[in-house]
Amino acid sequence: MSKDKFDYFIKGEKNNYEVIIGLEVHAQVSSNSKLFSGSATKFGAEPNSQVSLIDSAFPGMLPVINKECINQAIRTGLGLNAKINNNSVFDRKNYFYADLPQGYQISQYKNPIVGEGKVLLDMPYGSKEIGIERLHLEQDAGKSIHDMDPSNTYVDLNRSGIALMEIVSKPDLRSPEEVNAYIKKLRTIMRYLGTCDGNMQEGSLRADVNVSVRQVGDKKFGTRCEIKNVNSIKFMQMAIEYEANRQVELLDEGKKIEQETRLFDTKKNETRSMRSKEDAHDYRYFPDPDLLPLKIEQKLIDDLKKTLPELPDNKKERFMKDYGLNSYEANVLVSEKEISNYYEEVAKLSDKKLAATWMMGDLFAMLNDKGLNISKSPITAKNFAELVQSIKSGEISGRIAKEVFELMVESGDNAKKIIESKGMKQQSDPKELEKIINEILTKNKDKVEQYKSGKEKLFGFFVGQVMKQSGGKANPQLTNDILKKLLKG
Amino acid sequence: MSIDKDKIKHISKLARISIDSKKSNSLAKDLTSIFKFIEQLNELNTDKVEPLSSILNTPLRSREDQINDGKIRNKILENSPKKNEEFFVVPKVIE
Repeated sequence: MSKDKFDYFIKGEKNNYEVIIGLEVHAQVSSNSKLFSGSATKFGAEPNSQVSLIDSAFPGMLPVINKECINQAIRTGLGLNAKINNNSVFDRKNYFYADLPQGYQISQYKNPIVGEGKVLLDMPYGSKEIGIERLHLEQDAGKSIHDMDPSNTYVDLNRSGIALMEIVSKPDLRSPEEVNAYIKKLRTIMRYLGTCDGNMQEGSLRADVNVSVRQVGDKKFGTRCEIKNVNSIKFMQMAIEYEANRQVELLDEGKKIEQETRLFDTKKNETRSMRSKEDAHDYRYFPDPDLLPLKIEQKLIDDLKKTLPELPDNKKERFMKDYGLNSYEANVLVSEKEISNYYEEVAKLSDKKLAATWMMGDLFAMLNDKGLNISKSPITAKNFAELVQSIKSGEISGRIAKEVFELMVESGDNAKKIIESKGMKQQSDPKELEKIINEILTKNKDKVEQYKSGKEKLFGFFVGQVMKQSGGKANPQLTNDILKKLLKG
Repeated sequence: MSIDKDKIKHISKLARISIDSKKSNSLAKDLTSIFKFIEQLNELNTDKVEPLSSILNTPLRSREDQINDGKIRNKILENSPKKNEEFFVVPKVIE
């Protein structure tokens, strides 16, 4: 977080190069059934069990569009501050592949459902706006499985025909770090909207990454390469790093960069040319004669707009204003809708700032440890708030609170019950504490003398004795104050 | 637009249609004259005309988001030249 200046450049022999990145993100639309058929979209079903005659492209079958997929695309467009196009067209993108039974993908080419928009990133060196070029609806292809048979490929069409939103960014990204922030932000926005679950392990979110380089100061873009179908943020970052360095090396050698489609090999950590895709960009798009143009009434857009939830950027602003959080805390706490809901419940019942600190510290560490989502937290928001309040009121110390927290996780009991039954209440009565401290000072007269003659390190020894005597329950601040006072006298 | 032999070769490759080279000359000639015929339309000024993607003036038919299809694996796989109990089986295609 300390980097306050952008500094991602690739060092060439003579010059520094800037890396230009644009992303085509494929986000699976959250819907029960597919874009043009009534088959289910559930992940992990038996192979070829969620396939209709439409998805497997039997002759004469006609696609009928799923209303909900249109609404989801509009919601996403609104979440990206984008223009929703009242007229859009479905086109056929023609290519041959074993897992594409139609021989074409129904997509949108010249007239997408959503036009230009923008996404705001919080980078350590300030906020940065990334332009969205467009968002269009299209069908997913099936899945080819290459490792079940030495000489054959198996094809599962369950994914065939599931609705995808392709979100195309402008070439505004400049580093792997910005790509990381961008994908996470897109994911957060879509999860807030409920339009895509953003599950990268299940392939709900993947991206084609366009990379080019240019000498720092150049205005013109270099020739770009497209790295196909990368399915994790880490791999995107590794692919960009490798690809940018490869291009700089070529330029240093005086060679030209070929515009081509490349594949990221996750085992070798390198990109390589996909020769089979040589003709692939000749897709011969044309309007799908089975589908009429998609007209969207302004009223539908306005109605959907009214039902949108509060989005992360607005929520962050509100958290900073209403709860006094700093930008970093607010960012973390709005990163998932469920986290922000939990926090708001806690903050309503306890100290807002302390609640944020303890959530981002002990609670997140515990959830992370157990591999749990916050919605599965063993500590309810109400119980967590009670714990925070016990710290705030001075009833227990921060150190004891950690113990109480552990016990809450183990037993599921609330903080009050644990504190009372274990007698963990902090000793905050000055008179009681003075009594304990006086006893200790009397018992250790020699040490008191040494302290007074300058051995101030012994202060820690006295504090330790007080803690030992009180079973760790002495209020640390109060102990310090009283000790200082009595040692002076 | 004039269509030459190379163009024929390229299109037939993309469409996976094999055309023997003897035939491609006459095909190129035919297609060129067909294009010439169509290109008469270019004489019209269409600057202010929206491209037409459908001649029907009805809205796109849509459906509710309901699961009412699928679960017909046997039927789907039935006509496949090569299959097993669960999958379509095709020659190995790998990058």
